[in-house]
Amino acid sequence: MPTELDLDGLQRLLKEGDVQLIEVLPENEYEEEHLPGSINIPLKSMNADSVSGLDKLRPTVVYCWDDV
Amino acid sequence: MGFTEIYDFVDGKIEWMVHGLPVEGKGPHFAMAVEVATKDGVQTCVLGSTVKDSSAAMEKGGESFCLVLNDEGIVLGRLRKNHLDPDSDELVETVMETGPTTVRPTEPAKALLERMEKRNVSAIVVTTKKGQRMGVTRLEDLRRLVEESS
Repeated sequence: MPTELDLDGLQRLLKEGDVQLIEVLPENEYEEEHLPGSINIPLKSMNADSVSGLDKLRPTVVYCWDDV
Repeated sequence: MGFTEIYDFVDGKIEWMVHGLPVEGKGPHFAMAVEVATKDGVQTCVLGSTVKDSSAAMEKGGESFCLVLNDEGIVLGRLRKNHLDPDSDELVETVMETGPTTVRPTEPAKALLERMEKRNVSAIVVTTKKGQRMGVTRLEDLRRLVEESS
């Protein structure tokens, strides 16, 4: 299970560096605005293949619009 | 999938954006309430303030209402000037209207404008998911935003 992060927690983690940010919203929403440095893997496309290019040893953060 | 350190940023992209943090991308596809939300000219007070002090602040600022916040900036209630005894030493929390109507920052401006016009609402409080005050969106500013974005 992923560890939950709030905004403060994310900012602290980003300061430590070397974080992989993944937006799981659809592509068109990612294109409108996304967190700097994030990549887009829509949730419906998320599988072993789509994440194969990521470094599994690096801290990885997934996010969407909000938690509603 | 084998990740050793995985996190879920539960506050989401919207919390990042409404806190004014930088984003990349082409821009939103619809106008949002937060775009014209302002803290300017909006009176606030904290728990433990008196009605007398809050009334004086509203009078001085020319405002008809005042938001009651806790020490985290969470909106707890509202005072309406014309409902108050301006000389009262009562604490604001005993007379405030609790749970005022609020909207989220991403509320579509056009739909919000229609609702505010229908109900003759001149201003609405915009808060984060946690209830922290982002600002107040006034009807005339919302109208201008909708016209400009259409």
